[in-house]
Amino acid sequence: MISAKSGDPSESGKSDVEPPLGLLAELTHRCPLRCPYCSNPLELEKRDTELSTDEWRRVLSEAAGLGVLQVHLSGGEPTRRPDLANLVEHCRGVGLYSNLITAGVAFAAGLLERLAEAGLDHVQLSVQAPEPALNDLVTGRPGSLGEKLSTAQAVRDLDLPLTINFVVHRLTIERLPRMIELAVDLGARRLEVAHAQYHGWALENRQALIPTRDQVMAAVDIVDRARESYRGRLVIDSVVPDYYARYPKPCMGGWARNSLNITPSGRALPCHAAETIPGVEFPSVRSEDLKSIWYGSPLFQMYRGVDWLPDRCRGCDRREIDWGGCRCQALAITGNAGETDPACEKSPWHDELLSIAQRESTASTEFLYRSFSR
Amino acid sequence: MSEISSSCAPKLPRGVRLQDDKVRGGWCLLGPERVFQLDDVAVEILSRCDGVRTLEAIEADLAETFDVNVADMSDDVREFLVGMAEKGMVQL
Repeated sequence: MISAKSGDPSESGKSDVEPPLGLLAELTHRCPLRCPYCSNPLELEKRDTELSTDEWRRVLSEAAGLGVLQVHLSGGEPTRRPDLANLVEHCRGVGLYSNLITAGVAFAAGLLERLAEAGLDHVQLSVQAPEPALNDLVTGRPGSLGEKLSTAQAVRDLDLPLTINFVVHRLTIERLPRMIELAVDLGARRLEVAHAQYHGWALENRQALIPTRDQVMAAVDIVDRARESYRGRLVIDSVVPDYYARYPKPCMGGWARNSLNITPSGRALPCHAAETIPGVEFPSVRSEDLKSIWYGSPLFQMYRGVDWLPDRCRGCDRREIDWGGCRCQALAITGNAGETDPACEKSPWHDELLSIAQRESTASTEFLYRSFSR
Repeated sequence: MSEISSSCAPKLPRGVRLQDDKVRGGWCLLGPERVFQLDDVAVEILSRCDGVRTLEAIEADLAETFDVNVADMSDDVREFLVGMAEKGMVQL
């Protein structure tokens, strides 16, 4: 009788274009960490191309007017922007829920206090591994676990809600039980167990990162049991890996269906890896308002809904569950962004995806660290 | 469902808030990576969860507002609150 339904329109089965719920605001690509699974593109945008404070404030106002409810302040490392508290305050002023997605290192003195005062709603802190040596190997920054733990404590001291984000891959996936305990010890209310998604830097490093099937199955089981034993104390969200799946995920809830991404220089994208798609013009918030981009730009219409689906997928009864899956993965594996997502068992490339996973999960583990100068 | 006490004072934890959704209409509950679109009854319940009023007082107030007996609605209210608490959206 009493209903609080998840706002995700991909669950509603409607096919009209709805306003977006979420905005991923990549404020900068600068970051003190060099994680080899970073979701940023290989061509990182330089500081002098970043949107100004006034431009971001305008974009945030446009987002609220368009129907966005939550803004994820991300990067790179968003705390590199000296105007972060100003932008958080603006979010609060226009009714947007603000979520800081941070690495939690090298914070300026008093920064968290200023953000809390400005009305920050939530902090999502990445931790790469529960032990210093492994964490620091992944981040490429000595001492970074200690910095992260101090940040977690400071977040809790300010009574801000904390989510720990743990990206799992071959080197860290078996540390999951200890990571769950650490998240509880740190007072996190939520833990994201995010399997590395093989785009951008992670695709470059796939050989070093992709877990074995046994590792993935064990992790799924650990998450299931932890959800039960920490019920009511810790919410665990898990992003499942595609390479061993039978069906694709509804990537981003469906292309241009409920969220969008804005890069540091103001490109608006349906997902953070969309810039890999060739032959498309990427709309910019510098020259167009967000509403016309969302409803009118060719990029956002390109794979929206189900009309664009390849013949193989048109009659599928899962077409409004996964909305065709991930376009960037289709591109990376098949060379064609309009193809069936190879994570689907009905894709002719599905076996190849599985054999890549099986082959590479026993390969070398040398990282190509993220950097601006390639 | 019955593990909730009449004397508890439910509240929205920090990081969870009600927001007027001007574009779609109605109210929603926002939390970490969560958006819930609420029906009218859910809004009436959650807007009373201030950490001061007890569940018993909230139920009495709701019963008066909707002109029903507490006994007829109590199970639904408690089931709703326990469900939201498990999602981390309410603190009991």
